[in-house]
Parts: sequence; structure tokens; C-alpha cells
Amino acid sequence: MDALHGTGAAPLTDALRETGVTVRRAGPGDAVAGVLPRWVALPGTTEEVAALTRLSAEHDLAVVPVGGGTKLHWGPPPERCDLLLDTCGLNQVLEHASGDLVVRVQAGVTTDSLAETLAARGQELSLDVPLAGATVGGVLATATAGPRRFRYGTARDLLIGVTVVLADGTVARSGGRVVKNVAGYDLGKLFTGSYGTLGVITEAAFRLHPIPGDRRWITVRMPAPGPPDGDGRPGPLPGVDALALELAASQAEPSAIELDWPDLRDAPTVAALVEGSAAGDRAQAVRALMGEYGTARVADRPPGWWGTLPGDEPLLELRVRPARVGDALRTVAAHGPPARVRGSVASGILQIALPPDVEGSAFAGFVSSVRDGLGPLGGGLTVLAAPYGLARRVDRWGPVSALPLMRRVKERFDPGRRMSPGRSVGGI
Amino acid sequence: MGTKTLDGLAGRLLEVLGHGAVITDPVRLRTYECDGLTHHRATPGVVVLPETAEQIAAVVRLCNDHGVPFVARGAGTGLSGGALPRTDGVLIVTSKMRRILSIDLADRRAVVEPGVTNLAITEAVRDQGYYYAPDPSSQQVCSIGGNVAENSGGAHCLKYGFTVNHVLALEVVTPDGDIVELSDADPGYDLLGAFVGSEGTLGIATKVTVRLTRAPETVTTLLAAFDGIERGGQAVSAIIGGGILPAAIEMMDALAIEAAEAAVACAYPEGAGAVLIVELDGPAAEVAHQFGEVTRICRESGAFELRVAADPVERAAIWKGRKSAFAAVGRISPAYIVQDGVVPRTALPEVLASIDRLSREYGIRVANVFHAGDGNLHPLVLFDDAEPGAGERAALVSGRILDLCVEHGGSITGEHGVGVDKSRYMTKMFSDDDLDTMQLVRCAFDPRGLSNPGKVFPTPRLCGEVPGVRKGVHPLVESGQAEQF
Ligand SMILES: Cc1cc2nc3c(=O)[nH]c(=O)nc-3n(C[C@H](O)[C@H](O)[C@H](O)COP(=O)(O)OP(=O)(O)OC[C@H]3O[C@@H](n4cnc5c(N)ncnc54)[C@H](O)[C@@H]3O)c2cc1C
Ligand SMILES: Cc1cc2nc3c(=O)[nH]c(=O)nc-3n(C[C@H](O)[C@H](O)[C@H](O)COP(=O)(O)OP(=O)(O)OC[C@H]3O[C@@H](n4cnc5c(N)ncnc54)[C@H](O)[C@@H]3O)c2cc1C
Repeated sequence: MDALHGTGAAPLTDALRETGVTVRRAGPGDAVAGVLPRWVALPGTTEEVAALTRLSAEHDLAVVPVGGGTKLHWGPPPERCDLLLDTCGLNQVLEHASGDLVVRVQAGVTTDSLAETLAARGQELSLDVPLAGATVGGVLATATAGPRRFRYGTARDLLIGVTVVLADGTVARSGGRVVKNVAGYDLGKLFTGSYGTLGVITEAAFRLHPIPGDRRWITVRMPAPGPPDGDGRPGPLPGVDALALELAASQAEPSAIELDWPDLRDAPTVAALVEGSAAGDRAQAVRALMGEYGTARVADRPPGWWGTLPGDEPLLELRVRPARVGDALRTVAAHGPPARVRGSVASGILQIALPPDVEGSAFAGFVSSVRDGLGPLGGGLTVLAAPYGLARRVDRWGPVSALPLMRRVKERFDPGRRMSPGRSVGGI
Repeated sequence: MGTKTLDGLAGRLLEVLGHGAVITDPVRLRTYECDGLTHHRATPGVVVLPETAEQIAAVVRLCNDHGVPFVARGAGTGLSGGALPRTDGVLIVTSKMRRILSIDLADRRAVVEPGVTNLAITEAVRDQGYYYAPDPSSQQVCSIGGNVAENSGGAHCLKYGFTVNHVLALEVVTPDGDIVELSDADPGYDLLGAFVGSEGTLGIATKVTVRLTRAPETVTTLLAAFDGIERGGQAVSAIIGGGILPAAIEMMDALAIEAAEAAVACAYPEGAGAVLIVELDGPAAEVAHQFGEVTRICRESGAFELRVAADPVERAAIWKGRKSAFAAVGRISPAYIVQDGVVPRTALPEVLASIDRLSREYGIRVANVFHAGDGNLHPLVLFDDAEPGAGERAALVSGRILDLCVEHGGSITGEHGVGVDKSRYMTKMFSDDDLDTMQLVRCAFDPRGLSNPGKVFPTPRLCGEVPGVRKGVHPLVESGQAEQF
């Protein structure tokens, strides 16, 4: 608290102190996508978050929530940022009702520590544990998911209840702690993918699954694409899409089907996960399918790249219908710069990393020509993370049909534009 | 709203839709006066039967011009009065919008119009080894648009989830008449997720893209008979606790079995105080393993008879009693209320015991049929409507059951929705702040409050109003447009 003295903003400082929440001056390490906040607050309860946002409303402070900080550079920088609301103190697993396969946690609980707690009773949240340090709140706010989205869906599908604090300090709950519940609007879904622009998620309840008896990963390295044609366009790509569709339709019921393609001129790898007490038998069926495309191997550990992003920045996300993945990849390959592609091929969601030193014009050209190519395929391309100099040359999100409605939602929830202003679609 | 306004509107509707698609004849209007919950009735001001999204958008814009409320209606099977019309408004019926627009098995998706029935989707792809997973018991008739609005579930949602987990995109006519696409592939707020389950209050779904699911390699259905609910409940806990996620686990108590026997002679094991139906599906090797576990658990929990369906015919025989239970109680009771509430699975024994106590206390029989795997109760509260006061006592018991659900951390509805029927119970589950926050969503979509007003929320607020501050009589209440409970 002492760190707050002598700031020249004494009334505000006093007011922040009166909330009883630990608050410190921000330092250079606290910048959000290059924007330096004035203070960092570390609330431990929903009520403390409410006290802070209420105060922020009175003094027109802009608030940005932060979880593990692993993806704070995703999305555009906030238009302004006074108070960084660090959720690391909201780190309690509130209730693990294992008989009901339900857990209720504070938003700052990291997904890895949650996994540990749940595993002690043979259960899991069937989202892939992302990079160490990512929090439940951050996973929801960015609407991200790993490989097993193919079987279990994403965070929104497993979320059954949520507590949020709005810009004016209102605390609202929706859903609950039963799996089946259709009373009222689902605010939890609304807040997934909101990037902190609607309010702060402080608690979440999820449905759980038993940890499967056994797991196998089956991996095949496919042939490399043919040589480029006379005009430098890429040669025929191996049938990644065909294999993915075969796997998706397979009675072996894989939980995940992933692609790793570090260099589009070279050979891609496809890997599938099967889970269950009969995973061993089912893995053989998957291997037989993959055998048509190359030498397939079964392992009881994931390949090293499994469930990780293909790079840091610039990072893009491509979404296309699964049967169009081949066409989409051809578009990506045709429009250099060299890209690393990885992702959930059977769901049609792929992440693309470009070289960190990519030129501004090459970057902008890539985004616009890949979008042009995806248009007829009904796909989209989003810039997840990119240095500001690059990102400002493009529309990060591409067209979003419901943008006017999203703006209206934002206006209702945060009329003063104080929650992570500018961080989500269309500068919301 | 005066009849004059509606008369003027009807004329404009005829211009847009043509004669066959606008109903104003009082006798024909009465066909639409209620949904599956027949004790709420209101004759709609006008009924329209549009055939395209553009027509729906035009109707909605006309309603806006005239300040007239509108209500969407699918097949009218809803059990919470969600499609109850407004006498001062327009009822938009989707029954002419029944085309399956595209089926794409490689992408495992289908695009359909909102009036398509749930089962029609499965029928269109069954031969190719696919199906549409959410399966409400009304699936032969209920519309996919109604399913979207209610976020419907079925016996298999324990493993496969609800409608919201199977809808990939929606085309929606917003309450001010715009046509918008909500897609799970779009970045930004999950408006698709917010729309599903909003009971027609956020607009009208005009096109639905659903996920198709691969038919499992094997399905095994097992019926286990117990002397009472308690032991059946133990089996359920042990199955789930043992790491098995069946496709469905359903339970019926003695009274529900009695009713089913009377109606369809399902020949469930004699002397059963409770039966449990467990369905397992998936890869054959996986199912074989789980089947061994489930039979062992049932025996150890005290099942005195186990039956296994070896083929679809035998499976249908096992399900017959369960599926007929709702209608069947009509055989043993002149009238009944179908309740829909949820409790955490582990609270089932306690809640069922409390229901039993309530039943004795009020002299009202309650038959229990429920989705045991997810704690979704459907108590059938039986009474004789010829007996003075019985209806009131049944309603009281029915309401007390919802109290029990809320007290145990559950919900006032697991699949039938809030509609008009349960809007007054919303305050038992949610605080004013929770409800005000939900109103923010409503106001963003429907600032004039014209889309299915009076449903879901007990005290609708005008969108310009500051939430939390309430003085005097609400303008909607004063003008007779809303009731306050
Ligand atoms: C397909 C895919 C797969 C992925 N797989 C992995 C993986 O395997 N490993 C991995 O590490 N990551 C993975 N990610 C990213 C991962 O999900 C993010 O690391 C995580 O979501 C961010 O969590 P965080 O706590 O670090 O959030 P932060 O970086 O702190 O915040 C991220 C955003 O969320 C907002 N926010 C944070 N907390 C809240 C809150 N409580 N309320 C409201 N807003 C809040 C912030 O304001 C910010 O805008 C993947 C992403 C994708 C797209
Ligand atoms: C015998 C029986 C068994 C049932 N079993 C189940 C069950 O197992 N699980 C379950 O979940 N439900 C069940 N129900 C309830 C009911 O069938 C479902 O709620 C169903 O989804 C309603 O569909 P509908 O087309 O009949 O909708 P309607 O009754 O016509 O309308 C229901 C609601 O949806 C809105 N609506 C309709 N179409 C649209 C549209 N296109 N866009 C926006 N809003 C729209 C209406 O305004 C209304 O609020 C059962 C009902 C019966 C009678």
C-alpha cells in the first residue's frame, strides 16, 4: 500500500486503499500490449472485484482483467488502461462435487493446478491443460481450446455456471452447479470470447468427466507435397483433409485429430488420440486407417508439439469447414511467407505462425489474399497476436456478421467503455 | 393495443404474405391459443405462416412500425407456455418452413429451416450412418426452431449434451427485423450460445445449422429392477463414480411403472419398486468393457433382475414403458401436472424422500420418472380435478418440489423452459441483479421489448430504465402489458 503514496492522485489512492484490496503501482512489466496501467489490484473475492469496479466507475478508470498473462498480448491494445485487475488471488477451488462430476472455481485458478486437484479423484475438466499458468478466466475470456475440442467441445460447452462482475460493480450469476439447466439467459456463453470487454469473470462452474482408463496417440508422417509448378504455385498437397475426414467418421471415435505442418513444402504429420479402457484396441483401428498414408505409430504419450501453439507472434487462426481444409491449406501455401500450421484439422480450426521478422507488406498481403481465398470456402482468418506495427495494417478479425449486435451488447454492459476498451472484435 | 392497430397491421401483412398465409378468422385463430401447456390460453390477434426469412423479417418490421408484440411458434409442443400468443399481437408460425436445405456428411452438418422436426433430421441421414443427437421425447413433432429456443435435451443429453452443443450456426431475424448470422466460427461474444435457450425473446431463428453425429458402432440397453428407488440410486452413483458415462440412465418408481403397465403393458419385472434403464453406446470394445462393469454394479447394488436388449426391437421394448410414462399416468389419474426440476445427482435420494413426505402430507400422489444421470426430475403430480381443492393442493406440491430443487442447488427447469409458467419462480433462483443483468442482453437485442414479451422474466423492465432503482408502478404493469408477481 505504501507504494501508492506520493502519486499526486491522493484522493483516488485513498479511495483505492479504502476498498481493502491489495493495490500497488504498476511497473513496466505490467504493460498490456504496450499500454502501461497506473495501478495493479489483487482482489481475492468477487466482492473485492465488485468494490474495485464500483470505484473505477466513480472515477472513470479503465479496467483490464488479467489471469496468467499468457495471452495478454492477444487482441489489440486497450484504448486506455488505469487499473490492471490481476486475478491471481482468486485462486480457490471452491467446491469439487465429485459425485456430481461438477467443480466450482474462482477464475484465477490455473488450469494446471485445477487438473491436479481433479486428478486426485480420478476426474478432469476435458479441456486440454494449456501452457502452465493459464487461468480458467483467461481460457473463457479468450474462448480457446486445445485438441480435444473435437470430442468434448470447448470451454463454453463444459461451462455450466458463471459469476461475473460488471463495469458498474454489479455482481451477476447465471447457470448454476447442475449440468442440466435452462432457466434464464446463459451469461457464461456471452462472456466466453469477450476478452475482458464485458466485465470480469470471477467464478465458474464446469461439468467434469472421469479420466479415461487409457490413452493412445497414433501418429503418421505423410508424404511431402509434389514440386511447385512452373509459376511457383505449390504442387499437390498430400491428402491431409481426406485422412482427417476418414478419422472423424471412424467408429474408433478419436477424441482429437491434429495436424502439425512446420513447413508447407515438407511432410505434414497427423496425430489422433483415442481414450477409454479399450484404447489399445481402438488405436489399432486408427493405425490401420492411417497406414494408407504412411507409416503410422502408436504411443502412450503425445508427440511433443501436441496441444501447443505453432508460434508466438505473428499468430493467426484459420477456421473453415472440415471438408474444405485441403483447399484452405492450398491457399495458405500459395501465399507465402513460410508458415507453420498446426491445429484441430477435423474441426477445421488451424493456427498459423508466420516468421517473427515478416515484413509489414508481406503480412498484410498474406492476410488479405488468404481471406480472399477463404471467402468462397466460407472460412475466416483472425489475427490472434501480432506486433502492433504489423497488426495495424490489417483488420484483425475480418468480417463478423453479428458485429452490430455485439456492439449493442457492449453498450448495454459497459456504456462508459471502461472494460478493456478496444480489445475485442471491431474495436469493441 | 387496440384492435384498430391490429386491423391496420393485418392489411399490411396480407400485402407482404398473401392470403393463404395470414389468419384472422376467429375460429381458425383458436387453433393456436395454447401450446402443450393447455391451461394457459389466449387467442392470437393475427397468425401468419411465412415461408422465408425475408417474409419473417418483413413481418417483424411491420410489428415494429405498429408497436405490436410478436411471438414465434414452432410445433406448439412446449410445456411452459412459451408459445402462448398475445391477443394484441402477431403469432409467427414456422410450420411452412420445413425444408432441409443441405446435408454435408463430410462436414458432419446439415442446414435446415426452423419448422423441420427434430426427427426429420435424423431420418434424412440415418441410412448413411449419422443422426442428430439431441432427442426430446417430442422429437417426432417438435420443431428444430423450438428446440433452439428451448435448448431442448433428451434422454441422451447426459453424454451428448443439449441443443446448444449441436448448433453450429443460426440465421436469426432480430427483434427489429434485421437478418443476422450467428456462428460458432465467428470471433467475439458467443451470441449463438446466448440465443439458444432464450425462448423466443431475442428474435426468431430462420435457419439452423446443426452438427450431425456418427452413429455409434454398438448400442447396448439394459434394464435393471430394484426393490426401491434407493438401491437404484446407489447403482446410478456407482456407475458414474466408476468412470462410466452411459448414453442414458433413466429411472422410474413404482407408481410410474404401474402407470406404464396399465397403458402399454411393458412387462417390466414383477414386483419392481424401481427400474433403471442404462444405455451404453460407442466403439464395440469400449461398450463390452463398460457393460461388464454396469451389470456387476447393478447386481452389487441389489438388482434382482437384469434384462439386456440384443437388438433394436428388444431395445424399443425396454424403452416403451419409459417413453409412455407421461401419457400413461392419464390411465391412473384423471389429471396431473408434469413438473421439471433439477438437483445435483447426489441429492437425488434426499430430494426423492422429501417429495414422498410432501406427497403424504398433502394426500397427493407423485409418480417419479427421471433422467437419473443428470438429476433432472419429472415428477408427475396426480390429482382428481373433480375433487374440490385437489388441483390447488397439486399445484402447491408441484411448486414445493421446485423449492426443494432450488434449496439443493438445482434449477427450476432442466428442459421445458421458463415460459409464462415459471417466470414467477425465477426470483427463487436468481437475485434482482442477476435478472437485471440478463435484461441487459434482452435490451441489446430487443430494446422495444416486442419479441415474446411476458415470458421468462417476472418483471420486465423498460430498456431505458436504470436497473436496480424501482419506484411506483412499472409502466408496463400500469399499461396492462405486463404482470408483476
Ligand atoms: C486452438 C488453441 C489452442 C490452445 N492451446 C493452448 C495450449 O495448448 N497451451 C496454452 O498455453 N495455451 C493454449 N492456448 C491459449 C490458452 O488458452 C491461453 O493461454 C489462455 O486462454 C489464457 O489464459 P491466461 O490466464 O493467461 O489469460 P491472460 O493472458 O491473462 O488474459 C487473456 C485475455 O483474457 C482476459 N481475461 C483474463 N482473465 C479474465 C477474467 N477473469 N475475466 C474477464 N477477462 C479475463 C484478459 O483481459 C485478456 O484479454 C490455445 C489457444 C488456441 C486458440
Ligand atoms: C410429450 C412431450 C414430451 C416432451 N419431451 C421433451 C423432452 O424430452 N425434452 C425437452 O427438452 N422438451 C420436451 N418437450 C417440450 C417441447 O417439445 C420442447 O420444448 C420443444 O423444443 C418445443 O418445440 P416446438 O417446435 O413445439 O416449440 P413451440 O412450443 O412452438 O415453442 C416453444 C418456444 O420456442 C419459441 N420458438 C419456436 N420457434 C422459434 C423460432 N424459430 N425462433 C425463435 N423462437 C422460437 C416459442 O416462442 C416458444 O417460446 C416435450 C413436450 C411434449 C408435449
